[in-house]
Amino acid sequence: MALDQSFVGRTYPPTEPYEVGREKIREFAEAVGDANPAYTDAEAAKALGHPDVIAPPTFVFAITFKAAGQVVQDPQLGLDYSRVVHGDQRFAYVRPVRAGDRLTVTSTIEAVKSLAGNDVLDIRGEVHDEAGEHVVTAWTKLVARAAGEA
Amino acid sequence: MTAKIAYADVEVGTELPAQSFSVTRATLVQYAGASGDFNPIHWNEKFAKEVGLPDVIAHGMFTMAEAIRVVTDWVGDPGAVVEYGVRFTRPVVVPNDDQGAVIEVGGKVAAKLDDGTVRVDLTATSGGQKVLGMSRAVVRLG
Repeated sequence: MALDQSFVGRTYPPTEPYEVGREKIREFAEAVGDANPAYTDAEAAKALGHPDVIAPPTFVFAITFKAAGQVVQDPQLGLDYSRVVHGDQRFAYVRPVRAGDRLTVTSTIEAVKSLAGNDVLDIRGEVHDEAGEHVVTAWTKLVARAAGEA
Repeated sequence: MTAKIAYADVEVGTELPAQSFSVTRATLVQYAGASGDFNPIHWNEKFAKEVGLPDVIAHGMFTMAEAIRVVTDWVGDPGAVVEYGVRFTRPVVVPNDDQGAVIEVGGKVAAKLDDGTVRVDLTATSGGQKVLGMSRAVVRLG
């Protein structure tokens, strides 16, 4: 079933702050096998000009995707999540996410399309820190495959 | 931001050192825990096959995290990445054996932009098949 076009432009309320932990960054960096010291050694991060350890570039997706759950699970939108695959992902950074950040995400539906029976949903997540400064924007394209297609 | 590569030293066509990343079922379980993405298609073969996949597949975001390492290892400072985007064109299928799968990533400077940044175009393949498309990063150089 085609999704309702009137959802384009809808913005959801900002999420509760997510506090970025030093050990969570380490856990993520280890899971992707990335030994860059900027992720685990505060002195190494400072030598690069960062106030504390920073997170790998894609770390913030865990936060923005959770926020996108508001959209994906919106019963009014009616997306069939069991058929959803991740189409595209893009980030634009004002600065890297770092330990101690308290981040909120504001999700907006940028586009709703129907292509060959697939529902295509573009969600933008604007990530701000506790001071209200913009940190990163994440664009996520989700595709709900047409029913009947494997 | 302190990139160890100088803007003046790169040209369009400059190749970044290519890298190979191995991914086994254990890698996927570890990534699931670290990222909070517990979708069973990334660890449960029975479930993956029931939804029409050939086998367990890697998280697209795992592949995306590996591909950018070609850029962050090149510049040294991961904070130098200003933009990064990919299209997930084909899944990385991860068999249940000791070898798993290998993701091969290469990168090349595609454009020098006016503000001290360059655009790097990345290629990512697994088993000879392209797994990411439109994979591009903009990175600030020293």
